Amino acid sequence: MTAEASDVPVAATPQVAVNRAGRFLFWAGIGLLVLWVLVPIWFLFVNALSAPAEVTGFPKRFWPSFDLASVQFFWNFQGVTAALWNSVKVAVLTMILAIGMGAPAGYALSRFDFPGKEFFRVLVIMTRAFPLPLLALPLAVMFIRTGLDDTVLGLALVHAMLALPFAVLITFSLFSGIPVELEEAAWTLGCTRLQAFTKVVLPLALPGIMASAVFAFVISWNEVFAAAVLTIENRTLTAFLLQSLNVSPLPLKFAGGAALVLPALIFIFAVRKYLFAMWGIANR
Amino acid sequence: MAEIVIKGVAKQFGAFTALHSVDLTIHDQEFMVLLGASGCGKTTLLRIIAGLETPSQGEVWIGGRRVDHLPPRARGIAMVFQNYAVFPHLTVFENIAFGLRMAKLPQAEVTRRVTRTAELMHIEQLLKRYSGELSGGQRQRVAVARALAMEPDVILMDEPLSNLDALLRLEMRAELKGVLAASKTTTIYVTHDQVEAMSLADRISVMNGGFIVQADKPTQVYRNPAARFVGSFIGNPPMNFLPAKRGENGRWHVAGKDFDGPDVAAAEFAIRPEDMHPAKAGLEAEVRVVEPLGPHTLVTAQVAGQPFRAVLESDRAISPGEVITLAPIPDRIRWFDPETQEAIA
Repeated sequence: MTAEASDVPVAATPQVAVNRAGRFLFWAGIGLLVLWVLVPIWFLFVNALSAPAEVTGFPKRFWPSFDLASVQFFWNFQGVTAALWNSVKVAVLTMILAIGMGAPAGYALSRFDFPGKEFFRVLVIMTRAFPLPLLALPLAVMFIRTGLDDTVLGLALVHAMLALPFAVLITFSLFSGIPVELEEAAWTLGCTRLQAFTKVVLPLALPGIMASAVFAFVISWNEVFAAAVLTIENRTLTAFLLQSLNVSPLPLKFAGGAALVLPALIFIFAVRKYLFAMWGIANR
Repeated sequence: MAEIVIKGVAKQFGAFTALHSVDLTIHDQEFMVLLGASGCGKTTLLRIIAGLETPSQGEVWIGGRRVDHLPPRARGIAMVFQNYAVFPHLTVFENIAFGLRMAKLPQAEVTRRVTRTAELMHIEQLLKRYSGELSGGQRQRVAVARALAMEPDVILMDEPLSNLDALLRLEMRAELKGVLAASKTTTIYVTHDQVEAMSLADRISVMNGGFIVQADKPTQVYRNPAARFVGSFIGNPPMNFLPAKRGENGRWHVAGKDFDGPDVAAAEFAIRPEDMHPAKAGLEAEVRVVEPLGPHTLVTAQVAGQPFRAVLESDRAISPGEVITLAPIPDRIRWFDPETQEAIA
């Protein structure tokens, strides 16, 4: 540009401009992501908590009018409470199954070397690679043959398979974060393997195990496809809403949506710290 | 009585041999240090004695009882780990009491033992704290107290001081020695720090490449290394080695000088750096680096093209480039077999 070495400000100015543009892009990106997540949630709650007449109105008010008519209507709608109760039962059973199988697998992965360990880890992820619609028909046939169709247990088994990879990976990273020496110290101090696990490993891993249990709960709570295919009488809330989507009035849809989203949101928020553990980010 | 006998213990990890058939007897109440560089098998041997690792071959006996098939809890041992392994979810009191509660001792006895060992390790004011609220040195004390409270026959220590800073290490070293001597347990202590080994041990087992090269009293290990490796590993700076050529009637030519030596076909000459003094006649050393250390001066030189170090009195000024003559103390000269690397008696 210029041959003069003293001309420093000229050289510095584009640098400042680039910095400023970069910062603008950074914050714009963050703003966009936040809106992407928050706007639908805001929309859902504003409509659920407004009077039915306001739902179709425009412009929207930022704060809802806290008219509980929609929620009340939803709550009194035929079959909603039964479906809600089914959802809770399936989700709790999923949670128990996923942790009951996933935590031992996670422990084994973190503590033992066995042939095919890496392959097993890949396999665990691979269970998520099969599209559920592909499996739904054979599963439905099999369930009808074994009498598992339209039962809470049958659906919970399918949901547990969906939640299992996460349960295995989260608990694997949890157990890996607990030094082996703690267990070994317990052995030398008079513990059997099982005692060392219950007295030392479990108390340290429990918050994380709870978190991964909650995550399994949420996976089941939100799952709609398997629920819609495999249940008829005993529908979960998601399947119930899907079934009545085209016949139910708009306020019901919003209230139902809010009822589905709220527990999931609260739970995920409560355990967010542990979900990072899945990607191996240390948080001790 | 807790004599430890190790008979032909070997350990392979896949194709890698960590221990080659080790035989060792550790006497009752002895302080035995396993010394060696990392990867020499010392920790593997300790873990086999603890029962945290199963030997591929061989037997381990503690107090006249064969234990190599028993789990760690049934061996009458306590262990102190390098990273302390203090349970983070328990208070210091409960940490020390952990093994006692597992042994189902009555509460009064638990309290008595915890209080006594806590006083011994000077941590009685920390009993209500959690490990997260302790410094490294304090955690180390808790780990030792937890082991002592078990009143075991044998205490196993895996580099317990290596995570402490230098000053604290010195302090803990002296304290450990006193406490363990008073407790009358048999102690096996793994370290790579030769100063630690020399100052703590009743006997040192120097290990290299999965073998015990020498097991003897610290001064013996220092003065009479059983193998070239021991001389080059122990001592700071280590032993000097020079090639020797056999001459007439039992004399050996070393760097142009003649010395009395053993009656064998081939030998290597060795001398410790502090076992020489400047003299009129002796080995001619071309001085490269001079490091005054206060009480004495460390001189790095070359003798017959070989690196050579001497620790000399600091009263004489020596400068790089100078050629000095160093006379080895005759009865401190050692000879090694260049084939087997073993000492020639």
